[in-house]
Amino acid sequence: MLRVDLDIVRRWIAPGSRVLDLGCGDGELLRVLMDSRGVEGYGIEIDPEKITHCVARGVNVIEADVDQGLTDFPDKSFDTVLMANSMQVLRRPDHAIAEMLRVGEECIVTFPNFGNIRTRLFLAAWGRMPVTRQLPYQWYDTPNIHFCTVQDFEALCRERSIRVLHREFVAEQFPDRLLKGVWSNLFSATAIYHLAK
Amino acid sequence: MPDSFPPDSVGLAVPEVHHFAEPLELSCGRRLASYELVVETYGELNAARSNAVLICHALSGNHHAAGFHRVDDAKPGWWDDYIGPGKPIDTRYFYVVCLNNLGGCHGSTGPRTINPETGLRWGKHFPPLRVRDWVLSQARLADRLGIEQWAAVIGGSLGGMNAMRWALEYPARVRHCVVIASALKLTAQNIAFNEIARRAIRSDPDFRDGDFAEHGVVPRNGLALARMVGHVTYLSHALMGQRFGRELRSGSFARGLEVPVEFKVESYLHYQGDKFAESFDANTYLLITKMLDYFDLAREYGDDPVAAFRTARARFLVVSFTSDWRFAPQRSQEIVQALVAANRDVAYACIDSDMGHDAFLLPNARYEKLLRTYMARVAETC
Repeated sequence: MLRVDLDIVRRWIAPGSRVLDLGCGDGELLRVLMDSRGVEGYGIEIDPEKITHCVARGVNVIEADVDQGLTDFPDKSFDTVLMANSMQVLRRPDHAIAEMLRVGEECIVTFPNFGNIRTRLFLAAWGRMPVTRQLPYQWYDTPNIHFCTVQDFEALCRERSIRVLHREFVAEQFPDRLLKGVWSNLFSATAIYHLAK
Repeated sequence: MPDSFPPDSVGLAVPEVHHFAEPLELSCGRRLASYELVVETYGELNAARSNAVLICHALSGNHHAAGFHRVDDAKPGWWDDYIGPGKPIDTRYFYVVCLNNLGGCHGSTGPRTINPETGLRWGKHFPPLRVRDWVLSQARLADRLGIEQWAAVIGGSLGGMNAMRWALEYPARVRHCVVIASALKLTAQNIAFNEIARRAIRSDPDFRDGDFAEHGVVPRNGLALARMVGHVTYLSHALMGQRFGRELRSGSFARGLEVPVEFKVESYLHYQGDKFAESFDANTYLLITKMLDYFDLAREYGDDPVAAFRTARARFLVVSFTSDWRFAPQRSQEIVQALVAANRDVAYACIDSDMGHDAFLLPNARYEKLLRTYMARVAETC
């Protein structure tokens, strides 16, 4: 996770709150939140190597498949349910978000914006699926099976009556960093949403 | 015959007998006026006495978890793959304690030992035990060894129940609790298998209503049968297929021949059963399977495992194995969910293995790495 994404996510998490991180990877984000916000954090991860990394970091981690739902977790059992850069690998991201909103009071979702101008230009110019620094995979080996754009995500929130508490957009390159404020769907590389039911 | 021990072995293990003169009040209301525990330790207790690890054995286990009793021992202790210098439970950092639990049959006070009040063998009259009785006796042992707080209490199967009970009974005395292939309580299916095993023992004519020792006999058939049933449930369908398939040990299916056929799996089970019958005590088997059946972590907490775990202070590692159907991953997930709801620190991994319930005792690269990583964190807090 990039430093700038992390800083945004951290701002939306109350000190001492209970946080569930779906697809927590090697536990880096949770470790930061534990150390800087004093959260009671739990991660869900499916990759054995990453689970071991979490254990090495002293991060609470539970081996489970987010695609199977969060049925083991009671309603509203967490203050915030996070999903950083994992939504696009899920079989049904919409189901996952519904589950997140059931289990958590609030949710934070970050995802790569496929509506980004570089992605669009790649497809337009070369007629091939975009391969970028942020999304370095070929179409056949990518774990990312459900890309969406900022506009797509906004539409989903409207359809499902999901409240957007905050939205932030991140761009790494110039002039995108300036222009993302004007036209987020075209210039942001990563979108970060703070949601509630 | 090896003339020395492997470099990653704890080497020669010397069991010690600890005598306890202070009476032990048992859950059943009876008391043991005095008792003995047979104990093995590996590694050194540090000056701060903060590096002690308790290993809790399962149904048929004992105090001999690692190392060798003699240079020419064919096999090391039952968890030697995981305990030793450089192994996941690293004896260069930890002082590892393993005991034969009360009611056992490998030297600690149990059905095979003499009741000092009567001068007779305890036999079937040994009082029924609960896992908490083990915990109490282990706490006395910890006192004796100068261990105020365990760096970790670790156990698989029944040993996992033992470890969890420790974390509830003595929250301040357990820093880490490692629960492997275990459960909050047994399922009906599990109790059923235990009762089949018990009936096998009781219906052996040599069982003599539990007084077999007085008659100078051993209910070998009953014990062997109990072990055979148990053994099948400890292995997975896939593993039995791989290891034995339909291969024959002797005989032939050729037409025109009347030769008795023995499948490999048959001879394997008979061998395991007979070996077990040579060493294990029938009354101990009945006693300890009952302990398993009666165990229910949350019974005294309003049947609420969340309330139960709220009393714990330890951090938990919970491990299950994909092909374990005796203590299925679902049972471990129930433990994990209760821990999460109780705000306890927990890591949970479900290890891919074909080895069934026995997986917790056997080499497995991921399991080993996970345990090694976790124990390295534990060592940092010593």
